Amino acid sequence: MKEDIRLLKGNEAIAMAAIRCGCDGYFGYPITPQSEIMETLMAEQPWEDTGMVVLQAESEVAAINMVYGGAGCGKKVMTSSSSPGISLKQEGISYIAGAELPCLIVNVVRGGPGLGTIQPSQADYFQAVKGGGHGDYKLIVLAPNSVQEMADFVDLGFELGFKYRNPVMILSDGIIGQMMERVVLPPQKKRLTEAEIEEKYLWATTGKKNNRKQNVITSLELDSESMEANNLRFQEKYQVMQEEEVRYEEYMSDDADYMLVAFGSCARICHKAVELAREQGIKVGLLRPITLFPFPKKQIAELAENKKGFLTVEMNAGQMVEDVRLAVCGKKPVEFFGRLGGIVPTPDEVLEALKTKVVQ
Amino acid sequence: MDIKEIMKPENQVKAKSKLLTDVPMHYCPGCSHGVVHKLIAEVIEEMGIQENTVAVSPVGCAVFAYNYIDIDWHEAAHGRAPAVATGIKRLQPDKFVFTYQGDGDLAAIGTAETIHACNRGENFTIIFINNGIYGMTGGQMAPTTLEGMKTSTSPQGRDVSMAGFPLKIADMVAPLDGMRYVTRQSVHTPTAVRKAKKAIRKAFENQKDNKGGSLVEIVSTCNAGWKMTPAKANEWLVDNMFPAYPIGDLKNV
Amino acid sequence: MAKVKGAVEVNTEMCKGCNLCVVACPTGVLSLNKNVNVKGYNFSYMENPEACIGCSSCADVCPDACITVYRVKL
Repeated sequence: MKEDIRLLKGNEAIAMAAIRCGCDGYFGYPITPQSEIMETLMAEQPWEDTGMVVLQAESEVAAINMVYGGAGCGKKVMTSSSSPGISLKQEGISYIAGAELPCLIVNVVRGGPGLGTIQPSQADYFQAVKGGGHGDYKLIVLAPNSVQEMADFVDLGFELGFKYRNPVMILSDGIIGQMMERVVLPPQKKRLTEAEIEEKYLWATTGKKNNRKQNVITSLELDSESMEANNLRFQEKYQVMQEEEVRYEEYMSDDADYMLVAFGSCARICHKAVELAREQGIKVGLLRPITLFPFPKKQIAELAENKKGFLTVEMNAGQMVEDVRLAVCGKKPVEFFGRLGGIVPTPDEVLEALKTKVVQ
Repeated sequence: MDIKEIMKPENQVKAKSKLLTDVPMHYCPGCSHGVVHKLIAEVIEEMGIQENTVAVSPVGCAVFAYNYIDIDWHEAAHGRAPAVATGIKRLQPDKFVFTYQGDGDLAAIGTAETIHACNRGENFTIIFINNGIYGMTGGQMAPTTLEGMKTSTSPQGRDVSMAGFPLKIADMVAPLDGMRYVTRQSVHTPTAVRKAKKAIRKAFENQKDNKGGSLVEIVSTCNAGWKMTPAKANEWLVDNMFPAYPIGDLKNV
Repeated sequence: MAKVKGAVEVNTEMCKGCNLCVVACPTGVLSLNKNVNVKGYNFSYMENPEACIGCSSCADVCPDACITVYRVKL
């Protein structure tokens, strides 16, 4: 079959990939810089073709709770927003994690705190990887660095979400969301039928048939012993994710003396910085975590054995650097360089930071 | 005639719905919630739609509603039941979907979700228990609390200059074009109970006909919160709640 | 006068003694028992069974669905 190649914005790629992967429903609320996701879906009218539901909710709070309802039915459902909107969704995300339901949440991050700026940022790293809402829970967090990955991670996100019955977040930013690149769209998958869902997802609220017990989607458990047991089960699940789902990419790390660590759009900048450094004879490599949770801590710990130092580069005040430091565990220096408030660092700035902060 | 002669299966005219579980309800003695649960179970049983119903329970006294009616349930966050129900109904349009919400859930924290689900004409049923007080958390003031009514957070009586006025949700949603059926009922007498059941049945039938939004408000008692006996609470309901929340259909189109 | 005879059966362990059935009964059949059930509630019972007409009013208002009603035409 001929490949379906398009020139798309990252946000548009998310929307197109959602339709293609057999997504059942999207519920959203407009916010810059991600409004193209819902706009594209509305323009594509997938309800005419695949039957996918697209609905503009009255708020981010309502949107995530519509996702919660749809996820309970065993459907592939998603929402998207940007930082302030994602804060509003945290209540619902906590409930979805507590009720152990799959869903996909896209955060095209902008600068904060508060209303902040519409320019790109990575300042929601902590919120994404440490839980975000109340209670002990984790999201699987995927960090795309290209429009192609925006498209690819939609299907991957749903796959992981259903595998673990856990919400999955694509943590993107305003650069990846807004920039246009060549993207190969996946072929159209069929949506599951009602009968297939009933057979596959025995927990789903598809209507109580006589031959089964009622299904109740809930995160409520007043008995402390049972609630602890629930929590321990969640933690075991997160441990399995940590062992089996870590994804990362390395660039020129084999002979490197120093390592840059960066995710998403920052990793692209660091990619260029590696080349600039090597032109000047500084042997530097790049590790790009693709899953921010589970974090590639084992890989970073191994690198710490034979590298001289690390520089973590982020568009925030230093968030992922804490996880890098935990992984390196004091064996080597781990420095940080970041720009804030929607400013994107340049490769030259990264190189300069590497030279002044890390290279001896 | 001997009583044992009368108590034969063939003479049975009224019994507990098969859809009600054997779990004793946690509600206080005389609570309206139990009556409404019973009516919903009877309607679902009589319509034969147990296999096709998904309900959304709230945060409030009815948080454990799923323990009592043997159907699929989805427990929502406080106030978000209409949004959760929107997700369920949009993705399973052939299912009967209803939310069961109290006045704190529906008329305070979930006002936006309520109004917008109604305005979109979501084709599900909202069962709204209005007893003018927060029962579960211990009798605090609700948006529906009457003027001058004493609660634990309005111990001198609701002062409308400070706390605003009783919120009349049914009156607010009835004019919305998405709504097809808005009614206020009560369950304080046998006649009222039978009328309330008819209203609930109609609201469910509307889903079958794909008509749009239906809201059944049950003006209820909270005898524990109101600090009176169940029978006295029924009298107080008639004297005080009904003038503010008059019984009857607000819209039926 | 129509000749109907009724009887009600109260699930005494589910009954919470709320008294609503007693108030709802048009013929004064029901009353709260002086004895209590395992939860300590004075459960409802037919104090005056002869008067029962099987109208179901008690069962209609019962919040705990613990009343079964029987009726025969004489």
